[in-house]
Amino acid sequence: MKEKELDTIINKYGADPSEIMGMLLDIQEKEKYLPKKDLQHLSVKLGLPLTRIYQIATFYEALSLKPLGHNQIHVCTGTACHVRGAAGILNKLEERLGIKPGEVTSDLNFGLKTVNCVGACALGPVVVVNGEYHGEMTALKADRMLKRLMKN
Amino acid sequence: MHRLTSVEELEKVREKILKEKSTIKTCITICLGTGCHAYDSQTVYETLQNEIAAHNLEEEIELKPTGCHGFCEQGPIIVLYPGEICYCRVKPENVKDIIEMTVLENKIIEDLLYEDPVSGNKFEKESEIPFYKDQNRLILGKNSSINPQNINDYLAEGGYRSLAKVLTGMAPEQVIDKIKKANLRGRGGGGFPAGVKWETTRNAPEKKKYVIVNADEGDPGAYMDRSLLEGNPHLILEGLAIGAYAIGADEGFVYVRQEYPLALENLSTAIGQAEKLGLLGENILGTGFNFKVKIKRGAGAFVSGESSALVSAIEGKVGEPRPKHINTAVSGIYGKPSNLNNVETWANVPVIIEKGVDWYSGIGNENNKGTKIFSLVGKINNTGLVEVPMGTPLRKIIYELGGGIPGGKKFKAVQTGGPSGGCLPESHLDAPVDFDHLKDLGSMMGSGGMIVMDEDNCMVDVAKYFMHFLKDESCGKCVSCREGTKKMYEILEAITEGKGKEEDLLLLEEIAWVTTNASLCALGGTAANPVLSTLKYFRDEYEAHIKEKRCPAKVCKALITYVIDQEKCTGCGLCQTLCPEKAIEGEKEAPMTIDAQKCSRCGICLEACRFEAINVTS
Repeated sequence: MKEKELDTIINKYGADPSEIMGMLLDIQEKEKYLPKKDLQHLSVKLGLPLTRIYQIATFYEALSLKPLGHNQIHVCTGTACHVRGAAGILNKLEERLGIKPGEVTSDLNFGLKTVNCVGACALGPVVVVNGEYHGEMTALKADRMLKRLMKN
Repeated sequence: MHRLTSVEELEKVREKILKEKSTIKTCITICLGTGCHAYDSQTVYETLQNEIAAHNLEEEIELKPTGCHGFCEQGPIIVLYPGEICYCRVKPENVKDIIEMTVLENKIIEDLLYEDPVSGNKFEKESEIPFYKDQNRLILGKNSSINPQNINDYLAEGGYRSLAKVLTGMAPEQVIDKIKKANLRGRGGGGFPAGVKWETTRNAPEKKKYVIVNADEGDPGAYMDRSLLEGNPHLILEGLAIGAYAIGADEGFVYVRQEYPLALENLSTAIGQAEKLGLLGENILGTGFNFKVKIKRGAGAFVSGESSALVSAIEGKVGEPRPKHINTAVSGIYGKPSNLNNVETWANVPVIIEKGVDWYSGIGNENNKGTKIFSLVGKINNTGLVEVPMGTPLRKIIYELGGGIPGGKKFKAVQTGGPSGGCLPESHLDAPVDFDHLKDLGSMMGSGGMIVMDEDNCMVDVAKYFMHFLKDESCGKCVSCREGTKKMYEILEAITEGKGKEEDLLLLEEIAWVTTNASLCALGGTAANPVLSTLKYFRDEYEAHIKEKRCPAKVCKALITYVIDQEKCTGCGLCQTLCPEKAIEGEKEAPMTIDAQKCSRCGICLEACRFEAINVTS
């Protein structure tokens, strides 16, 4: 991210170190991950030790230090989805993509993640693809969805 | 609209809004909450807009996007007023008929009405549907009549009247007294009396005080806070402002998970609108009371919902619990007294002020007053949010409101209280659901997740699932929790893989004891509940896995085999084409077989087979 852009984010929060979380989420939203350079810049601007920023960046599930895939597949593994078979869907996607949750395919095309609950329990099992909710999933449907995404 | 400087002005504005609304003949509400949205209610909404415009009915029909009505199973849901006609599972292609038949000719479209899966009866009105009929929607009710992005709708429903009443006619101590007398207990799961907590913060020596809304709804399988924030954000803001006045705080925070984008959007819109009208900010309604609210976003850490961890997160630190020698109510954000309550708790406050203590105390049982919202999910016919008086028996919630278990399957367990709760069997279904009874049974109420499981769910797998969750979410500060959850998970994993030993059950109980007793916060303190409650009520399932190497529910992959029923199989070859492992052998037109060595037990063949020829055995 350009320094100017980054400064706009910092200033949006009044350069207040207690707002670090919001800033990190904003960077992540734009860059799809947290680039080292940006974190170093944040550290200088906010007067926060870089270790503190890394501590936060590695603590929260939603933040990533590595680039995320072009297509983001989030499998909800909340309890309601689990009892309706989310594990089978996750296995299928892992197998097909050859990656584990939290990893990205080598061509950076797909990133796979599990989320604890997206709060759409009535639709379970839910898979969220690039922000779109897909409810009542099955292993077969997930497999077909992946094939469609691969074609595009 | 300009900034309101007195209660009289607020009432005048309300009158004006009501007058404007009185000319509207028909109101069509459509749920755009997350559940319905996933069923594409947005397209239905846009089609409705176009159809209304095409018939030049914009003047007569008010089309209102609302938050979650609760009956997510049937989404997208639309309700037409007057008449309260409720249409379920509406598709864009139904819209033309809805306008031309129902709105213009008063004809009901039978196909869109709700049909009860048990009795087969159809229902016209939303409130007559069995799912809603026995609910007491004190808190959630207004979700279906309010556009969350429009403060006027909230004002039309009497919104901010409780705040006005408190600011102009009650001393802070009187407000606290009312909340105490109403015996409002923390809906986040703790069940601690909110009024007592408020009083502690009010009486704490520091002058600067904070109030906090905990909207870091982390329990998987629970989404009532999300629906409240999305559907009626002003209710929570009003409750928070009343609390701030009573406690003596001038600043508040709402800590929301970033996984809830719509809640974040609707809440920040609501804060903006309330500030503009002078219902938040400086000199609220000209009374001299100042109160500003800020949103803080969380980023997916379950433990951050714990009060001291949440306070750390608000300060911009890692959301880890800290020792609570002094409670956050006395020493919270930056060491200042901070009163933290859950979304639903705050939402109860304006209702108590408006309706009074006597009325409120009439709902619920002896030590548990008011209602509780549950997210009724899992293997249940009517999935959704139900709000019932505290003390309602589990059986009523599951069988009457929830419509029982789908597909004629047998009920096995209900899990309450989130990951740290417990699983209760059939024999405890008559237990009243409240803070105290569930605890006595080895579970807890938690924030209101209620996950129903049937005979196809393996209880060892469920315990393993929760332990996996807890081991990941343990922040790692205490050895007992970090290592205890990991070890319990490993043992459970071995059992589900058929590698369990008989002494494992005793070992599980020992580790559970240490984890419970030697951990700092509630995460570790309750982490063993899923293991202990399943061991207590479903020990036979553990034993079947260990002694017979068998999974009675046919879930655990290492212990099951897929076989093709040679009599039912027609040899259509569909499963053979779909099987990713090429494990299905045979020629077309003749019964096929599965090579158990190659089979990964993914279940695709079972799902695809049209002749029910694939069986799972254990």
